[in-house]
Amino acid sequence: MKRFLGFVKKEFLHIFRDFRTLVILFGIPVVQILVFGFVVSTDLKNAPVAFLDLSNDEITQKVSDKICSSGFFRRGETLLNYNDIDKTFRKNKIKAVIIYEKDFGRKLISEGKASMSIITDGSEPNMATLITNYITAIVTDFNRELAGSQTTGKLMVQPEVRMFYNPSLKGHFMFVPGVITLILILICALMTSVTITREKEFGTMEVLLVSPLKPVQIILGKVMPYFLLSFINVIMILLLSWLVFGLPVKGSLVLLLAESMLYILMSLSLGILISTVSKTMQQAIFISFVGLMLPTILLSGFIFPIENMPSGYGWVAALMPPKYFIIIIKNIMIKGTGFLYVWKETLVLTVMASAFIWLSIRKFKIRLG
Amino acid sequence: MKKFGNFVANDNLNFEVYEGEIFGFLGANGAGKTTAIRILSGLSESTSGEVIVAGYNAKKQPEQIKKNIGYMCQKFSLYADLTVKENIMLYGGIYGMRKALIRERTDILLNKLNFREYGDRFISDLPLGLKQKLAFSVAVMHEPKIVFLDEPTGGVDPITRRQFWEMIYETAARDITVFVTTHYMDEAEYCDRISIMSEGKIVALDTPVELKKQYDAESVEEVFVKIARPGNTPHPTPISSRGEGE
Amino acid sequence: MQKIIESSGISKKFGNTQALKDISFDVSEGEIFGFIGPDGAGKTTLFRIIATLLIPDEGKMEVLGLDSVSGFRELRKNIGYMPGRFSLYQDLSVEENLNFYATVFGTTVKENYDLISDIYSHIEPFRKRLAGKLSGGMKQKLALSCALIHKPGLLILDEPTTGVDAVSRAEFWGILRKLRQHNITIIVSTPYMDEAMKCDRVALIQEGYILSINQPEKIREGFSRKLFSIKAPEKYKLINALRSYPGTVTAYPFGDSVHVTFTDDKFNDSIYDYLGKMGISNVVISESRAGIEDRFLELMEKGTKA
Repeated sequence: MKRFLGFVKKEFLHIFRDFRTLVILFGIPVVQILVFGFVVSTDLKNAPVAFLDLSNDEITQKVSDKICSSGFFRRGETLLNYNDIDKTFRKNKIKAVIIYEKDFGRKLISEGKASMSIITDGSEPNMATLITNYITAIVTDFNRELAGSQTTGKLMVQPEVRMFYNPSLKGHFMFVPGVITLILILICALMTSVTITREKEFGTMEVLLVSPLKPVQIILGKVMPYFLLSFINVIMILLLSWLVFGLPVKGSLVLLLAESMLYILMSLSLGILISTVSKTMQQAIFISFVGLMLPTILLSGFIFPIENMPSGYGWVAALMPPKYFIIIIKNIMIKGTGFLYVWKETLVLTVMASAFIWLSIRKFKIRLG
Repeated sequence: MKKFGNFVANDNLNFEVYEGEIFGFLGANGAGKTTAIRILSGLSESTSGEVIVAGYNAKKQPEQIKKNIGYMCQKFSLYADLTVKENIMLYGGIYGMRKALIRERTDILLNKLNFREYGDRFISDLPLGLKQKLAFSVAVMHEPKIVFLDEPTGGVDPITRRQFWEMIYETAARDITVFVTTHYMDEAEYCDRISIMSEGKIVALDTPVELKKQYDAESVEEVFVKIARPGNTPHPTPISSRGEGE
Repeated sequence: MQKIIESSGISKKFGNTQALKDISFDVSEGEIFGFIGPDGAGKTTLFRIIATLLIPDEGKMEVLGLDSVSGFRELRKNIGYMPGRFSLYQDLSVEENLNFYATVFGTTVKENYDLISDIYSHIEPFRKRLAGKLSGGMKQKLALSCALIHKPGLLILDEPTTGVDAVSRAEFWGILRKLRQHNITIIVSTPYMDEAMKCDRVALIQEGYILSINQPEKIREGFSRKLFSIKAPEKYKLINALRSYPGTVTAYPFGDSVHVTFTDDKFNDSIYDYLGKMGISNVVISESRAGIEDRFLELMEKGTKA
């Protein structure tokens, strides 16, 4: 045990001595979350807004014009009934729907108030809040104008946030699950494979092999620090996305963390597997990037929806562990579903992790050549 | 003899190397050999003093110097994934030799080394001894005025080693200066003159025979151990050590 | 005396390359046993087999009374191995490296400090320095300390002096001599012939087979002819002239002279005339004692002729 702890201590020293490793470990997740977060969701310019005008009178026209001439929004589709709302959102063509109640203009004059609703897409919570705030501000402005005219009365705005959680994996609000998936595979697989091949390249592995350390101890010793660091990373990313973008974990946090551990384990064993087939750090980095990073970005549904891919790619995507983790994490974080909805994906990951661990321990050579 | 080069890095580093001379440049790890070689080959500048290599001023005409020197080191010299002929073509091209001339010299070179059959083989498939000899031949193919060799015969077998030194003698006989750095003292015994550097200074410079006489030693190694023993200070930038990360 | 290594008929192939061929030797307790040969002779492969890192294709290797293949686990606790590239962690300090290896081998620096104190005291003033920032000689000493820290019965040093300057090399051999007091058996490899003289016994190795095993003095005595050392100012001319001289058997440059053997082991004054005609004057001929390298050359020649 003392041997093992000594080994783990050495691994931590390596990590903390190497500035670049630290930057990769903690800098990249932060930067990615911030970049994706801001680039993707806060650009409110000419956002398309659909109108469901059940009254269609002079006043509703005026309000619509004011909203659309603000520069923040532009007129999107004109809807005819409630059923169209879901459809347009799903087509991902609009950011918000504004609904005027029946007899809007008449009610405003006779009752002194009329209601309108704003429906936004809650899967982009950041954007939803932003849009609601802007429209409310425009309407408040309109109310002020009304107060100065003969028409007395007040427009009541009822913001309504609907959850279009986008079950078809479309849209780009998925950056948090995507980033977690990517970061974990990057840290776990890339870092572990590099640290093992580094020992091979520098000739220190020879002496480790000659020492009484068992292969399992070497592997676990290599894996342990990265397991811890990855776990810290998950928590960091979740905190960051919650604090900066207000994205909460809707489902069980415990379940999410448990699933993350499973995924981390799978990635780590993948890293060891890579190290057993590569002789140099360069090879390990190459395999990790081409074999893991690119597929994770391109094929896991992180950026490009899987069902838009030609069928062959879909099959390849099915072999990518990140795909399953993205599904799991989206379910828990965004839909707030429980284990019952993700048990299949969990099973797939468990099988993959066990296979990789078994393979990597088997393939880890106790000798050279 | 024609004065060939003049090298001053500081007040204590003053030496001349003559045309056609085999000059051994020795020093302990970290004594400053690498720095000196970089300055001589025009890769870096001396902070003060004057350096003239092959008749050119190292500060003002580094490009001229590069055209007139050859370089071979033990670790890297030829591209392992190119064939013998491709390597020769490449180096000839780098030194701006005409195609016809390269072809002519290639023939001579391969014949001289009894290399005919190896022309189309990959460098990685050649035994170490052949690689070393080929690397040296390539380094002097463009008829430089001076060739720098860094530990040229480290690790080769005794026969190959002697063939290598005969090649060096032959090159020097063609009036090409051979500048050898090494920390293997038996290699130094082959040189016409040697200098021993310690902590940035040249502490001895003479023929091996004279130095042995002067220090009452049986071998250059003994001379070296007597005068080049540096204090137990570690050198922040080791010149030659096998660990990675430098 | 107890045998520490007994090797019989070890062979090893990598693809089509025969790295080792029928290697048999034994090493006794407390010996410094050297393997002398050029790069590619198979020294590293042999050392890796002894260190349980490779399995031989043929033959039997017993180390410290254990079979190096089946007994590898037990054996690994009792050998100290210093590979050709010093196995130090460049980003760890001197002290951290030493402590790490001590822990891994289940001991502490304190426990075996007396064994390494001679060596380690040279580098101890720099114990906080990163290993990557040490000079070659210091790295060598640190790597040796690390290999010794668990008091191994057998120390395996693969080319410990390559790339290290002459001063550090001289010190290193001094250290190895001292280690014999602690009854540690040492096998060491080197491509440098002159280092053979510092071993108790040596094996000359070339292209995967052993040319000769003996005490270095005996190996020198094995030289079969009389050797002459010839000097003249113009070495290159001299070598060529001597090669063309009818009485010459072999002529090799050796430092500032040429080592020559003649038919019937003697020469007559006609050689001066001969060389004079070739334009070589001031010739000095003296009888010389063959060194390890002369013998190595002779054995290599026999090998190629056979």
